Amino acid sequence: MKILVPVKRVVDFNVKIRVKADGTGVDLANVKMSMNPFDEIAIEEAIRLKEAGKAEEIIAVSIGPQKAQETIRTALAMGADRGILIKCDDEVEPLAVAKLLKGVVDAEKPDIVILGKQAIDDDSNQTGQMLSALLGWPQGTFASKLELDGGKARVTREIDGGLQTILLNMPCIITTDLRLNEPRYASLPNIMKAKKKPLDEKTAEDYGVDITPRLKVLETVEPATREAGEILATPEDLVEKLKTQAGVI
Amino acid sequence: MGVLLIAEHDNTSLNAATARAMSAALAISKDVHILVAGNGCSSVAVEAGKLEGAAKVLLAEAPHLENHLAEELAALTEPLAKQYEAVLAPATSVSKNFMPRLAALLDVAQVSEITAVKSPDTFERPIYAGNAIQSVQSSDAIKIITVRTTTFEAVEEGGSASVEKIDAPASVGLSDFIGEELSSSDRPELAAARVVVSGGRALGSKENFVKYIEPLAEQLNAAVGASRAAVDAGYVSNDYQVGQTGKVVAPELYIAVGISGAIQHLAGMKDSKVIVAINKDEEAPIFQIADYGLVGDLFEILPKLQSELSKSSG
Ligand SMILES: Cc1cc2nc3c(=O)[nH]c(=O)nc-3n(C[C@H](O)[C@H](O)[C@H](O)COP(=O)(O)OP(=O)(O)OC[C@H]3O[C@@H](n4cnc5c(N)ncnc54)[C@H](O)[C@@H]3O)c2cc1C
Ligand SMILES: Nc1ncnc2c1ncn2[C@@H]1O[C@H](COP(=O)(O)O)[C@@H](O)[C@H]1O
Repeated sequence: MKILVPVKRVVDFNVKIRVKADGTGVDLANVKMSMNPFDEIAIEEAIRLKEAGKAEEIIAVSIGPQKAQETIRTALAMGADRGILIKCDDEVEPLAVAKLLKGVVDAEKPDIVILGKQAIDDDSNQTGQMLSALLGWPQGTFASKLELDGGKARVTREIDGGLQTILLNMPCIITTDLRLNEPRYASLPNIMKAKKKPLDEKTAEDYGVDITPRLKVLETVEPATREAGEILATPEDLVEKLKTQAGVI
Repeated sequence: MGVLLIAEHDNTSLNAATARAMSAALAISKDVHILVAGNGCSSVAVEAGKLEGAAKVLLAEAPHLENHLAEELAALTEPLAKQYEAVLAPATSVSKNFMPRLAALLDVAQVSEITAVKSPDTFERPIYAGNAIQSVQSSDAIKIITVRTTTFEAVEEGGSASVEKIDAPASVGLSDFIGEELSSSDRPELAAARVVVSGGRALGSKENFVKYIEPLAEQLNAAVGASRAAVDAGYVSNDYQVGQTGKVVAPELYIAVGISGAIQHLAGMKDSKVIVAINKDEEAPIFQIADYGLVGDLFEILPKLQSELSKSSG
């Protein structure tokens, strides 16, 4: 069995980004970049399936600038077998990413694609669902547990009221939620080994996909800011303030 | 052309998020139809028809729609969507699951979690955990939109839209529902509560969470929330998580207890009207956005706070 894992290069989750003063976007110069945290969880899940003898090969694919190679190398160092970089210098919207991934699926014929539930930069939460639609495959989104059994995937999903369990035909799409697993760190020897693993480079044209955006970004601005309030001395003061000043209790 | 609004419900009652998303729908078009898809949910359709501004309710009932599986909902809505300029849904776990699938079937983009409608084709949405707000203009013929309900007021009741039954297509049969484990609580629903009390890693155990957070919530008739760290540690279940990748809340009063205030947590609560932080570290980032702070040990502060509250209400 083959597993495909799309990994996105994003601003590190610890960075507090800055909006450019002229409203043209977010300042990404000299900002620390990392693999989208949900994609680390996706890679980890794929590796565990391989370690359990349920999968033979893991392919990591990223759509982005040349530097997204580093993100693929991280996936290879964690334990993916080979990588594909689809080089695109501009932002690619989820629908176009899904179309490119469909191209990769058609070529590689994986049995499962495991994606993150959400990229922490665009916060879209769309790509996995879109890819499922384009392929006509079932989807198990926001997964906190995945079991492969008898040619089906049993997925526990984090939903608004708690947990839901569904059974999917294969091949299928999975998107990861935070509780699925705890990703491992790549060891130094594995980081060295990853440098020798194969990494193909492709372009959007190779897959015949039009990546023209459907949404025009008119402006990017700072959200309304909140001022720090007052530190109070006692719980008694707090109750008093909440009653008289804030009027919320 | 009008707008199709997808109702959020559990086959028994209409979720309050729908009335909020209705405000966003009305900002796009005055001609709003509401789709109620499920099984044995005709009472929900009647409720939906009462929302102010509803022109018509479409009711699709079938056993395979009961659990709102994405494959089934996308197949149902794909032909319907073509009759509208936009399809909207409150950003719940159901719509986050199926709406992007619908969008791809229609070959259009989705605009996720809008916080404002600037014009029928231009919307605001937060990115980077709410640290930037983008205005985006859609060039697609059908706009697929999920609505962050905290920023839209609920419409009143007062409508009297008729209910029209529509046929559901046969099941696509790609997935099966096995079961659900829903957290049961007597507390108000997190997304809709007027007061939220959230606990973080500092609670230290499930027992402490129950002992310290629950009674305070009870006293304030509040919903209970949590940070990711508290959920990961198993103090409470996943559906309590507030934040960028959990639930977004904006109550009148939010009390953060033993929560440091990581950007991912702030993303889910910084639009609350009044924020209270209780933390032993005066440098904790949560204090930068709190209206009122108490610096100290939560295990000493919470019992005192409770007794003050009961004094003042007694
Ligand atoms: C992809 C991704 C998504 C995420 N999504 C979310 C999300 O949706 N929601 C979310 O909350 N987090 C999210 N996080 C996690 C986030 O980055 C933080 O790790 C998390 O919010 C920290 O939780 P905490 O504040 O409870 O714990 P900590 O950061 O450990 O803070 C505990 C706080 O308690 C205080 N404290 C300790 N003991 C006491 C005491 N006795 N009395 C009073 N105060 C005390 C400490 O001073 C400290 O400030 C996400 C992270 C990633 C990478
Ligand atoms: N440019 C990209 N390259 C590789 N994977 C991506 C890319 N964009 C999105 N993805 C995948 O889709 C998931 C969801 O992203 P999004 O729909 O943008 O929130 C991510 O966690 C990745 O697994």
